[in-house]
Amino acid sequence: MSEPTPSPSIDLAAIRRRLEGAHGPALWRSLDELAQAPEFAEFLEHEFPRQAAAIHTAVDRRDFLKLMSASLGLAGLSACTKQPEELIVPYVRQPEGLVLGLATSYATAMPLGGYGVGLLAESHEYRPTKVEGNPDHPSSLGGTDASIQGSVLGLYDPDRSKTILSAGQIRPWSAFLDAVTAMRTGQAAKGGAGLRILTGTVTSPTLAAQLGELLRQMPQARWCQWEADGRDTVRAGARLAFGGDTPPQAVYDFDKATVGLILDADVGQEGPGRLRYARDIARARRVERGDRKLRLYAIESFPSPTGSVAEHRLPVRSSDVEALARAIAAAAGLRVRPIDAPVVKQHQAFVKAVGADLRRAGSSAVVVAGHGQPAAVHALAHALNEALGAVGTTVRLSEPVEAGPTDELASLRELVAEMRGGKVDCLVMLGVNPVLTAPVDLEFGKALEQVPLRLHLGLYNDETATLCHWHVPETHYLESWSDVRGHDGVVTILQPLIAPLYDGRTAHEVVAAVAGTSGRSSYELVRDHWKTVRATADDATWAQWLQDGIVPDTAAAPVDVRVRGDWDTTPLPAALPPDQLELIFRQDPYLHDGRFANNGWLQELPKPLTKITWANPVFLAPATAERLGVQNKQVVELAVDGRSVRGPVWIVPGQARGSVVVHFGQGRRHGGELARGHGFDAFALRTMAGLHVAAGATVTPTGDITAVACTQDHQSMEGRPLVRRGTLGQWRAHPDFAQHETHVPTADESMFPPWEYSGHTWGMAIDLTACTGCMACVAACVAENNIAVVGKEQILRGREMHWLRVDRYFGGSLDAPEIFAQPVPCMQCENAPCEVVCPVNATVHSSEGLNDMVYNRCVGTRYCSNNCPYKVRRFNYFLFQDWQTETFKMARNPDVTVRSRGVMEKCTYCVQRIEEVRARAKREQRPIKDGEIVTACQQACPSEAIVFGDLNDPQSRVAALRKDPRSYNLLAELNTRPRTTYLAAVTNPNPDLAKEA
Amino acid sequence: MKKRPSIYGLMAEFEDLPSLLAATHRAHHTGYRHMDAYTPFPNEELSELLEGHHNILPKLVFAGGVIGLLAGVGLQWATNAVDYPINVGGRPLISWPAWIPVGFEMTVLLAAFATVLGMLGLNGLPMPYHPVFNVPRFALSSQDRFFLCIEADDPLFDRQETRRFLEAQQPHEISEVEH
Amino acid sequence: MTPDASIDEQGQALPASLIGPGHTFGTITEKISSIVLSRRTPTWWFLTFGVAFLFMNLMLLTIVNLVFRGIGLWGPNVPVGWGFDIINFVWWIGIGHAGTLISAILLLLKQTWRQSINRFAEAMTLFAVACAGLYPLLHTGRPWLDYWLFPYPNTMAMWPNFRSPLIWDVFAISTYATVSLLFWYVGLIPDLATLRDRSTNPVGRVVYGLLSMGWRGSARHWHRYEMASLLLAALSTPLVVSVHSIVSLDFAVSVIPGWHATVFPPYFVAGAVFAGFAMVLTLAIPLRRLYGLQDFITDRHLDNMARVMLATGLVVGYGYMVEAFMAWYSGSLFEAYMMLNRFAGPYAASYWALILCNVLAIQALWFKRVRQSPALLMVVAMFVNVGMWLERYVIIVVSLSRDFLPSSWGLYAGTKWDWGMYLGTLGFFLTLFLLFIRYLPMISIFEMRTMLPESKVETEEAHA
Repeated sequence: MSEPTPSPSIDLAAIRRRLEGAHGPALWRSLDELAQAPEFAEFLEHEFPRQAAAIHTAVDRRDFLKLMSASLGLAGLSACTKQPEELIVPYVRQPEGLVLGLATSYATAMPLGGYGVGLLAESHEYRPTKVEGNPDHPSSLGGTDASIQGSVLGLYDPDRSKTILSAGQIRPWSAFLDAVTAMRTGQAAKGGAGLRILTGTVTSPTLAAQLGELLRQMPQARWCQWEADGRDTVRAGARLAFGGDTPPQAVYDFDKATVGLILDADVGQEGPGRLRYARDIARARRVERGDRKLRLYAIESFPSPTGSVAEHRLPVRSSDVEALARAIAAAAGLRVRPIDAPVVKQHQAFVKAVGADLRRAGSSAVVVAGHGQPAAVHALAHALNEALGAVGTTVRLSEPVEAGPTDELASLRELVAEMRGGKVDCLVMLGVNPVLTAPVDLEFGKALEQVPLRLHLGLYNDETATLCHWHVPETHYLESWSDVRGHDGVVTILQPLIAPLYDGRTAHEVVAAVAGTSGRSSYELVRDHWKTVRATADDATWAQWLQDGIVPDTAAAPVDVRVRGDWDTTPLPAALPPDQLELIFRQDPYLHDGRFANNGWLQELPKPLTKITWANPVFLAPATAERLGVQNKQVVELAVDGRSVRGPVWIVPGQARGSVVVHFGQGRRHGGELARGHGFDAFALRTMAGLHVAAGATVTPTGDITAVACTQDHQSMEGRPLVRRGTLGQWRAHPDFAQHETHVPTADESMFPPWEYSGHTWGMAIDLTACTGCMACVAACVAENNIAVVGKEQILRGREMHWLRVDRYFGGSLDAPEIFAQPVPCMQCENAPCEVVCPVNATVHSSEGLNDMVYNRCVGTRYCSNNCPYKVRRFNYFLFQDWQTETFKMARNPDVTVRSRGVMEKCTYCVQRIEEVRARAKREQRPIKDGEIVTACQQACPSEAIVFGDLNDPQSRVAALRKDPRSYNLLAELNTRPRTTYLAAVTNPNPDLAKEA
Repeated sequence: MKKRPSIYGLMAEFEDLPSLLAATHRAHHTGYRHMDAYTPFPNEELSELLEGHHNILPKLVFAGGVIGLLAGVGLQWATNAVDYPINVGGRPLISWPAWIPVGFEMTVLLAAFATVLGMLGLNGLPMPYHPVFNVPRFALSSQDRFFLCIEADDPLFDRQETRRFLEAQQPHEISEVEH
Repeated sequence: MTPDASIDEQGQALPASLIGPGHTFGTITEKISSIVLSRRTPTWWFLTFGVAFLFMNLMLLTIVNLVFRGIGLWGPNVPVGWGFDIINFVWWIGIGHAGTLISAILLLLKQTWRQSINRFAEAMTLFAVACAGLYPLLHTGRPWLDYWLFPYPNTMAMWPNFRSPLIWDVFAISTYATVSLLFWYVGLIPDLATLRDRSTNPVGRVVYGLLSMGWRGSARHWHRYEMASLLLAALSTPLVVSVHSIVSLDFAVSVIPGWHATVFPPYFVAGAVFAGFAMVLTLAIPLRRLYGLQDFITDRHLDNMARVMLATGLVVGYGYMVEAFMAWYSGSLFEAYMMLNRFAGPYAASYWALILCNVLAIQALWFKRVRQSPALLMVVAMFVNVGMWLERYVIIVVSLSRDFLPSSWGLYAGTKWDWGMYLGTLGFFLTLFLLFIRYLPMISIFEMRTMLPESKVETEEAHA
C-alpha cells in the first residue's frame, strides 16, 4: 500500500448531485464515502487487505482466509446485502417479494467466451447461492457444467478486486471518469485514431450497439477481440467453405442423428452449444429409441467425456486428424484431395467402415470438427455434411451470433503491432487478461508498456491489471445488468440477483464512460437499448423477458448457402513424421483460460477422466511415456521452439501416442491466493503459429519428482462387474444381460425379516448409457451441500470431501482402452453396514429409507466409513470448513448444515430439497408429484443420466427404471440392498468394426 | 449385657505353623471358642477349625452375577427397543444376538464387585485399629511368626487359667492384649 | 528382623526349582520387601525412569496437539479410516491378557509356578490396558464427546446403538480394567500389611497401613480371602477370553474382506496370550537380573513361559493358514484378492515380516537350549512383540486400503504424530511399571511363603 494522498475538500454540491441521481434508498456511511474521498477508499482497502496475500504466500489458504475474515468482519461491508434498486422479476409463479426461508429463482445467463447459457439463479434472502440451467433456454435445457456451478463461489471470492486502482492507489470512480474524459477529448480531435478497445468475443447486443456508437463517434478508433480458446478456426473454416465476409455458423441437432463423426472435438464440454449437444447426444443414445440409436465415432488425441462414450474411439495425433478426415470423406463419397500419411494406411478398416456408415446414414449423419483443428477440417466437415444431405436435418446453418465475427488472432496481432509502433494512445481492455492469454511470441505485456494510457476492467487484479494505469473492478454476472446470446442466438437479459458487493462496474458502464455518455447505470443502458430495437416492448413485455430468461424471436436467422466448389484448394499440410511429438494446447476443463483459477471448488474438482486436482500435468500416452522413459509425477522439461516449462508427467491411457497435451489456465502469477502457485503456465509455450497444436515438442526428464493430487489411483475394475456394458445386439437378445453377473441374495437369506417401508420410498437410478463423466453433478453437489475445500495436501492424503464421485475405469488395451464412468453417490442401503457399527446412532434410517447422517451426534469413530463397501463417506479430519470468511458465509446454502471438525458426512439424496417440496405439497394440500423433487446432481446433469423419485409410487420414472431389465445393484452380493441402482450401458458398435470395439 | 472385660485377650506367639496348629486344636478341644489365629499365609486346616465350612460369599457372587445379567440385557432392551426405537441398518429393534456381549460383561462386572466387597464386608475390613495390634511383636504375624489369641469374652476365659493353658503349648512368648 | 526369626531347617528338597534353595519365610519376606522399603534407589532405575518419563511427555504433547488441531494429525484417510490408533489399541490390549491369564487361569489350574510372576504380570495388564484405553478415546474426531458412548439419559433423548461392536468394546474394556484392578488389589492386601509392619518410614507406615485396610492375617479372614481369590479367578477367566473376542468382533462384524472372518475370536485370543507372554518375558528377564531375583523367577519359569508362547504362537500360525484357506475356499472374488494383496500388494513386505516374526522365529522355542537361555528368549520375545504389532497392521491397514471398489483404493502411512503417540504410550507404560516396582512388591510375598515346605504340614500328630 502506498502513502494515502492528501484529501481534497469534500464537494457537497457533487454529493447532492450523486444523491439525486441515486435510485431507491441509496445507503451511505459518511460524507467521505459519498465524496468518494481517497481516505475512505484507503480505509476500505485497509479493511480488505489485497496485499495481505503477498505477506502470507507461505501460509495455507485457511490461515490466509482467517486473516481476511477478521478484516472483513471489521469492515462489515460485504456482510450486508441488498437487492438492486431496479425492478428484477422472479421466475414463473414465485411468491411476490420475499418469503424468508424460501428460495426464489431468477432467470439470468452466464456469459462465457462471449456466449451465454441461460440459468435460473437461486436466491436465499437476496443471496444467490446456486445456479441451475434454465429448462427453457435452448443452450441449456436445464443442464449446467462444472464451471457454471462454480461461478457462484466466484461471486463471493474474497480475492476479487474490490476497488478502482490507479498506480496501486485507490481512486474513486469520479477520478477514473476524469481520466477517461481527458483522454476522450484528446482522441475526439483525431477521430479516436489512438483509441483501441480490446474485448473478448462479444454477442451482447447492448455492448455491440455501444461499441458501434463509439466507433461512429470516433471512426479512427478500433475494436479488437481476443479469446484464448477462441473459435478462429471455426470462422475460418466456414469462410473457406461458404465464402463471404460474415459466413454462416452451424448448429447441430444430434438428437436427429444416427451416425456421428467427431473430429477431435469435445462437443459436450467445449463451445457455446456444449450443454445442449451433451443432452441431445444422450437422448439420441438411449436404447428406448429402439433402432434409431446414435452411433458415435470419435477421432481424438486426448480422451474427452464425449469421446469416452463413443462406440468407436480412435486415438490419433491432432496433426493426423485431417488426413484421416479426408480419407473418411473420400470413403463416404466426397471428392477431396487425400493426404498420404501412414496413419491412414494404419486405420484402413476404420476409415472404410466409417465412410460406409456415414453414407448409409445419409441425411441423419453428422460430422463435427473441433476448434483445435485447422480451417480446412472445418470446411471439410461442412462439405461432407452437405454431401451427405445432413444440412437441414442434423445441421442448421444460420447467421453468425457474434456481434463482430473476426479473425481474433489477426486483430490482436495488428493491435500489438500498432502498440509497438506507438500508434495507440489509450487501450481499454474489458474483461480480458491478454498479458496472460495472448500468444507468448506477441509479447503483449512488453508492447502494452508502449501505450500511454492503459485502462483495465476485470474481476481480479490480474496479470494485465497490474500493468495498467487504471484498473476497474468488474461486476460478477450475478451482480450485472447485461444481455447475451446463446449458441443459437437466443438472447437472455442478465438480471442481477444482488447489488454489487464491491465497487464493481460493467463493461457497459465503462464503454459509456469512454463514449462520454456516462451517468447511466447498466440497467438503463440495457433497458434503453432494447427500447430502441423493440419499440413495442413495454414494461410488461420486458418483465416477461426477464421472467422467462429469454427474449423471443432472437434466434439467429437460418441462411441457405452452399459449399463453394473450390473450397478444397488451400495447400495441404505436410504429414507430421510419426516419430515427431506434437504439443496440444487445451483450456483447463474447469478453469478455462484461467479466469476461474481462483475458484477452490473448481481447483479441487477432479478433472474428467484424469481425476487430477490442483494442477495441470504434462499428459502423455503410455507408449510415449515408455519411449521417453518417464513415469507419473516425474518432472519433465517441456520445450517447443526455444521456450520451455517444467511440469510433472501424467500418463493417460487412450491418449494418442506422439501427442503431448497441456492445459492452460494454471500457473497464474496474479489473480488470487488459489490462482497462484498451482501447476505451470502453459501459455508460456503458446505461439501464434502453434495456437492449438505445435509440432516438434521435446520432453526431457529432470530427475525431480513432484506430488500430483489425483483422486483415483487405480485404473482397472480388477475383473469385478462394477460398470456393466453391453451392445445393442446383446440387449435385444437378452434385455437383462446386466443381471445374474453376481449372486443376488433374496430376502429370506437374512436371519432378520426385511424392514417395511409404507410411505414414500426414495430411490435413484443412474443410466450408465448417458453418463460421460463430465463431473457437472459433482460440482453441483459441492455447491448445493456446502462441501468444504480441503486443499492439495489433504487430497494427497486421500481426504477429499466430495459426497459424490465419478469413478473412472479403463478396460482393454492401454493405447485404445474402453473407458467407463460411474457416478457413485451414497447407495442409501436398506441394510446399511455403516449404521449397524455406529456406536452412537449418529447414522440411522429415516422412515422413508434415507440413510440419514446426524452430524451433531457424530463423535467421529470413522467405523461407518471403514464398513462402507462403496466408500462414499467423507470425514472432517480437520476444520475444513472456512468459518471466518464473511463472503463464504453468504455463499452457503442455508438449508444445509455446515459441518465442522471431527464429524462424518455423506450424500443425503439432497434431503433439504425433499423436505422443501414436502412442505410445499403440504401447503397446497396435494401429494408430492413424481419428478417434483430433483437432486442437485440430477438437475445439473446435462445428459439426464440421473433419475430420482419414490419407489413406492408405481407411476414414478424411478420405479419404472428399477423394473427395467438393465437395472442392477452395485455389490448386490453383499445384500446391502442399495436404493441407488444403475442401468447397464448399451452401446451400438458398428458390426464391421466389432473386433476393434 | 455383661461388663466389658478389662483386657481383649491373651496372645501366644509360636515359631512355626505346626505348633500353632497343635495349640489351636487343643484350645478347641478344651472348649475355647472365642479365639483367632494369625498367620503370614493362609492355611485351610486352621480356617476350618476356627470358621467351619459355612461361607455365604459364593451366594453373594451369584446374586451379583444375576443382577448384572438382568441389568445388562434390560438396559439394551429398554434403550434400543423401547425408549429409542429406530431403524438401524434395517435390523429389527430386538436384535438380540447383538446383546450378548454387553449382557455378559455386565454379569462379570457385578459379580466381581460382589466378590471383593463381599469378602471385605464379611471380614469387617477396612478396620485400621484392632486390639491385637497393641502387641508389639504382632507385627511379625505378617512375616514369619504365628499367633493364637484367646479372647476375654470367651465363657471359659480366665486370666490365670487361660495363661496356664497357653504356657502348656510352649509358645515363644505370651502377652496380654490391651483393648 | 529379629535374629532368632529363622526357623529350624527341615533340610528336605524343595519342590522342583521354582524357588532357590535355603529360603525361609523370613528370607523371602526380607528379600522382596527390601526392594520396596530400602531407602536408596538403584541408579539404573533413575536412568530408565528418566527416559520413560521423557517419552511419556512426548505422549502428552501429541495428545494436546491432537485435541487442539484435529485427528488429521494422524495418518487415517478414506478408505483407511483406522491406522496406528486401532493397531496400537489392539496391540496393548493383547499384551494385557497374559497378566490375567497367569493370575486367573493358572490359579484355577493350580499352577503354583505362576506365583512368582503373577503380581507384576497383573500390573503389566493394568498398565497395558491404560495405554490401550487412550487410543479409542483419542482416535475419535471429537474426543471431548466420547462420553456419548455411554448409555446415560441425556437431553438429546438418544441412546447408544448396542448393535455396534464399539459399544461392546466400551463395556468389555471397562469391565476388564475394573476386574483386573480389583483382582490385583485384593492380591496386594496381605503384602501391603507386611510392608506396613516392616516399614521404618512413618509415611510408608501410614500409606501402606491405609492401603492394607487393617489386614491382620486372621485365619477367618484368610478363609474368605482364598475363596474370593478363587471366585475372581473363575470370573476373570471367561472375561479375558471375552475381551479379546469382542475386540476381534470390531473387525469380524464388518463386511470388509480381511475383517469379515469367523476365525477371528479364537485367533485373536491366542494372539493376545502369545503377545502377552512375550511382554512378560521382555520385562521379567531384565528384572530378575537387575534385582537378583533368579531365586524366585527361575529358569523353570522362563521355560514354562516359553512353552506357552510356542503353543499359542502355533495357534496364531494356524489362524494365518485358515485366513488364506478361507480366502480361496470362499470362492469370493474380494476375499481372494484380499489375500493376494497381502502376499504381493503394496504392503506385502509387512505381511512377510509378520510371518517371519510370528511363525518362523518362534520355532526356535522347540529347543530346550533356547528356552533355557534368557538372552535368546529375550530375542525371540522381541520378534513376537514386533510381529504382533505387524499382525494388526496387516489386518487393519492392508485390508482397508483395498476393499471392494478399486476406484476408492488408497494407501496409508503413519505420520510423525502417530509415532509420537506410540512411543509415548511405551514411555507411559514403562513409567507406570517402574513406579510399581519401586513402591509395591513385584512378587507376591505371601504366596511365595506358601511355596516353602514349612507351609505344608502334616497335622495328624496334632490330632493325637
